[in-house]
Order: sequence, then C-alpha cells, then structure tokens
Amino acid sequence: MAFAHPIGAARPARATRRRGYFVPVLLLTPAMLWLTVFFVVPTISLASQSLQTGDIDNGYTFTWNFQTYADALSRYWPHFVRSFGYAALATVGTLLLGYPLAWFIAHRAGRFKNTLLVLVVAPFFTNFLIRTLAWQIILTDSGPVNGFFRATGLINVLEAVGLTSNDSLLFSPFAVVSGLVYNFLPFMVLPLYASLERLDSRLLDAAGDLYANGWHTFWRVIWPLSLPGVVSGTLLTFIPAAGDYINSKLLGNTQTVMIGQVIDAQFLRVLDYPTAAALSFILMAAIIVLVGIYVRIAGTEELV
Amino acid sequence: MPDQNDPLLMSFARAAISRRSALTGLAGVAAAGLLAACGSPGRNASSSTSASAAPKAAEDLSDTDKVVNWSNWPEYIDIDDAGKHPSIEAFVKQTGIKVNYNEDYNDNDEFFAKVRPLLEAGQDTGRDTWVSTDWMVARLVRLGYVQPLDYANIPNLANLEPSLKDVPFDQGRVYSLPWQSGFVGVAYNPKATGGRKVTSVDQLLHDTALKGKVTMLTEMRDTVGMVLIEQGVSLAEVTADQFAAALAVIQEAKDAGQIKGFTGNEYTKPLASGDTAACLAWTGDVVQLRADNPQLGYALGEQGIPMFSDNFVIPNLAQHKKNAEKLINYYYDPKVMAAVADYVNYIPPVAGVKPILVKEDPEVANNELIFPSEAILAKAQVFRALSAEEETSFNRQFQAVVTG
Repeated sequence: MAFAHPIGAARPARATRRRGYFVPVLLLTPAMLWLTVFFVVPTISLASQSLQTGDIDNGYTFTWNFQTYADALSRYWPHFVRSFGYAALATVGTLLLGYPLAWFIAHRAGRFKNTLLVLVVAPFFTNFLIRTLAWQIILTDSGPVNGFFRATGLINVLEAVGLTSNDSLLFSPFAVVSGLVYNFLPFMVLPLYASLERLDSRLLDAAGDLYANGWHTFWRVIWPLSLPGVVSGTLLTFIPAAGDYINSKLLGNTQTVMIGQVIDAQFLRVLDYPTAAALSFILMAAIIVLVGIYVRIAGTEELV
Repeated sequence: MPDQNDPLLMSFARAAISRRSALTGLAGVAAAGLLAACGSPGRNASSSTSASAAPKAAEDLSDTDKVVNWSNWPEYIDIDDAGKHPSIEAFVKQTGIKVNYNEDYNDNDEFFAKVRPLLEAGQDTGRDTWVSTDWMVARLVRLGYVQPLDYANIPNLANLEPSLKDVPFDQGRVYSLPWQSGFVGVAYNPKATGGRKVTSVDQLLHDTALKGKVTMLTEMRDTVGMVLIEQGVSLAEVTADQFAAALAVIQEAKDAGQIKGFTGNEYTKPLASGDTAACLAWTGDVVQLRADNPQLGYALGEQGIPMFSDNFVIPNLAQHKKNAEKLINYYYDPKVMAAVADYVNYIPPVAGVKPILVKEDPEVANNELIFPSEAILAKAQVFRALSAEEETSFNRQFQAVVTG
C-alpha cells in the first residue's frame, strides 16, 4: 500500500507514531501518579524526617543531622543482623517446602491443579494477625506438635543449635521462623509454580534418554529452568520477612526482637520520629544492597 | 490459564528490581537538597509544658445535628446477644441523639499516631469524644489537643467517685472524666507454676521456677510502676533516678532469661493455656479469665497498687461537643453505669453503682476486683504526669529494655 500511494501514506504513518507515543504515556500515567503520591513523596518526607531534630512538643526542624543514622546503627545493628538471619532462614524454609509442592501442583496434580492453587492462597482469606496467633495454639507446650518434638528428641537438636529453650517451642527463634515460613509460603509457591508449570516435560524425557539420573535431571535441567521462579520467590519472601514484626512480637521472646519491632517502638511509643525514619532508611538500603548482590550472583537475565 | 499468571508473577520480580533503580535515582534527588525544601518545618508549638494554648472549639452543631461520634476500646461496654449495646440504645431513645460508636481505640500510642497529624494541623478528627488512659490524657492536655468540659451539661458529675476527683495530670478534672478504672496485679496459672503461688513482682522477676515463663506489660507505667512500688517509691513522686533503678531490675531479669516478653492484652491466652506461668495483668481481664478458668490466681500488691483509668476527653474542633457532654452525663447515672459495670468487670468511677448491683448481680457486686474495699482503694496509686522531656526519656529507656 505504501508503495502504491507514496504521498498519501505519510499521514497514517505519522498518526501511528503519534499514537505510539501517547498511548504508552497515557497507560503509564495512573501508575506514575500513584507511585509519586504514595511512594516518592513519602520516601522524600521520610528521608527528610530522618535528618530532623526536635520532639512532638516543640516541632521538628531540618538540620542535616546525620548523627541519628550513626546512633541508630550502633544501637540496633544486632537487630538488623537478626532480622536478616531470620528472613534468610525463613526463605530457605519456604524454598524447601515450596519447591516440591509447586512441582507437584504443576506436574502431578492433574485436574486438582486449580483447587490446590486456591488452597495455597486460601490462608490469605484469614487475617494475618489471626493466622499468626493460631501458631501460639499450634506450638503450645501442652500441644501435639510440642509433644512430637519432645518424644522424638528433635527438641534437643533445636536447643543445641539455639533455636529453642526450656523444652518449649513457643516464644523462641524457632517459632518466629516457623511463623515467617508459614505466612510467606504462598509468595514462594506461586512464582515457582509459574516457572515449573511451563517447563516442557519432553526435556525430562530427553535427559532420561541421555542417561541422566534423577539428580542430574533435576540439577542440570529442572533447577536452571526454574531459576526465574526461585529468584522472584526468594525476593518476595525475603524482603517482607526482613521487615516483619508481627511474628517476632507474637511468637518470639525478648531475645528475638526484629528491626520492625524496634521501628514500631521508636515511631509509636518513644515518638522519636527521626530515629524511626533513619532505621527505616537503613533497612531499605540494606535490603537493596543485599538484593542487588543476590540478583547479580543469580544473574539478572534469569528474571526476564 | 497459567500462562496468563506467569507474566504477572514475573513482573513482581521485575518490579522489585526497578524499585531499586527508582531509589538510586531518588538518592540523587536527595543530594540536590530537595530534602530540606520538602521537609516539614516543624510545628512551633505554642507551649511545651502547659495547656496555655487555647483549645480550639468548633462551631457546635449539637442542636441541629443530633449525632455524637464516640471512639472506645474493643469490648469495653455492655453488649447483648444480638451484638447491640443496650445502654447506647437507651440513650438514643431518651435523647434522640444518634451515637456512632466505634471500637477503633486499640492502643493509646496507635490511636495517638492516628489523630495527632489532624490535631497538629488544626483539623477536626471526626470524633466528638474518645476514651484515653490517664497518661495519654496528660499528653493531650499538655499539647493542648483537648477542650475543657462544660459542667453545666454534666449535672451527674456529682456522682463521680471522690477518690478520682483530683488527679495529678488534670487538676480539678477540667478536661477529662473517667470511664472505667482498673488495677495492675500479678496473675498466675497454678498448672504451670507447679501449684505454687506467685504473689509479688519480686517473685515474678526472681523465682527461678518461673524462668522464661513470665510476661510483663508494654504499658510502661504499669510495668515499671509495679517495681517502683515494691521498692517503696510512691508513683505520685517518681524521680528519674528511681525510675532508672527500677528499670535496671527489669533489665537484669530480662537478661537472665526470666522474662519471656512484654505484651498488651494478648497475655491472656498464653496465661490461660499455661504457656505463661505468671504475668502482670489488668483486673478486668482477670475477672473475665477467671470465669473460664477459676483456678487462675491473682494478687494485688501489699505495699501499693498501680491504678489506671481510661477517661472521656473531647478533642479540639469536635463538632458535637454538647452531645458528647450529654453522653458523659448519661453514663454518670449510677443505674446506667451499673449495666456497663456488670458487663465489662472493671471498676466503675461512679458512686452508687454497688447498691444497685447488690440487688441485680450480687456476684459482681461482691467481687473485690470490681468493687474494691476501702482498704484496697487506700493503696491505689496513680503515676504522676510527666513533662515532655521526662516522657521521652522514660519511654526511650523503657523501650531499650523491651526491644533491646
């Protein structure tokens, strides 16, 4: 057409290019506005708050007070380390539990596939607090879970590695990590499922034909192809778990306090807004650095 | 179908990374000095120590708009099987004023965080009255966020329990009137303590049989107050040194692994199940817990008992101030308060309630935790009002122990 009518063709082409410019902008605008109002502006205000000095009675003034960061970090670095430690444990836990589950749903569940996926998400129908409080009942001293751990001697193993104490599971690092694993499991299962579901099962046959045993098939074929799911699943678990404070508050003890609890206390109870803001910023920065390193190692191209 | 899910999930992962680039960009912006420009300049408070800042009254719509908006703590009023509040229904019938009753006051600090920005900016909070604990009333008065009550609308004030008339944080009850009061004591579950009684804070903090099975309260004045009283300090005259000394005792017990945690209301379930052997507890909770678990033990301090009240206040710019005052007046009728006390099991601040309940519900009327004897009331102590500097300093020290 364009060759047949070279003069007339110019107009539609330009119209197309103009539309090609406006439509994406139009589509992006709502999201950009949303992010500006609810992310960029609050982040700037938070950054500003972290560099202010004052109190609620006399107001806050902006003073470039970087000392807040130094103080916050020197006082609360153990809480950061602990939070990242628990989040890492919880991420590994969800991966170990979620991977076989996702594989089963994707390749072995047959017509129950959708039902099982709904069941994975089902806990979200209940309030986060209620779900966490339920773990107080599950892990209670007189409950069957505690009984099982005691009867099998597993509780001694947990005590030896410092995850529990006094023969009880509740109010211990073990309980906190269990709560995190439970609460964030769906965030791991869903991306893993998405990756594993599209894996071509003929590749497994091919691996078998080439004399790969079960382990090799997994390690050389399935695992690399599921990496996008693993990377997004671990990120979706680790990031919120590191900032969580409900699990450590309801299932932990005075030695398991996570950084989210400290921020909550500084912001709501002490009313030390600059310290709370500085801690939030340090947490954000630390997560960005950790995630950056992780993604660099895992390979960004795996994500796309 | 799953193929449609797939890109969505992948985009989560991408979003996580593009957030990083957004933040990197932001850091550059920050360096440009935008922070200072955008930062809140701070409120140059009119006064930091007293309520000399004139509370701002709004035009009172009470007579034309027959509504009152009331925020209260959950399960802190009478309720029937249909989930309705009979005392409120009777008030509506009697006065024609509609009550918007909201149970959205879960925690003093959280509620304060919710309304502070509005009060600071001089805006209406959408509430005509709410129920704050003593120390929060002290803070609200200090910041000039609440209005004086008009006693002309509260003739039933004559029924206020005499011991609550003058409180250190609100001399002469200008701004606040109590809704319910309670004591802090030590509760224990004999099943978990091996049958032994726990009767003092000293035992709570040092009895090795309770190690790792003790909780204290996140309410600073209740937890530290218990220790202060045991050390012979009067809560009305606490000094900074005495506070620090009491806190050191708690820190020591925490470091020894004696204290398992600091809690709000959520101590009740572990106590009932025995996961918590002994803890600090509020009287109203204990009465309710004991209804289900009669074996639970409770002890009030011999030397003194920390007492708290939750009080009605009317915030600045409340649009139905008079209606709120009528509501307060209504609850200061002993007959009405009797119905509430019968349900909530805290200490009613209104005189003349007990004789009514002796007839209607003798079990409640004879409960020393709801209607304490003169001897017990004489031991009650209220934490003194703190200045802004003290409050910040005490809170900081206490939170260092709680989250340290």
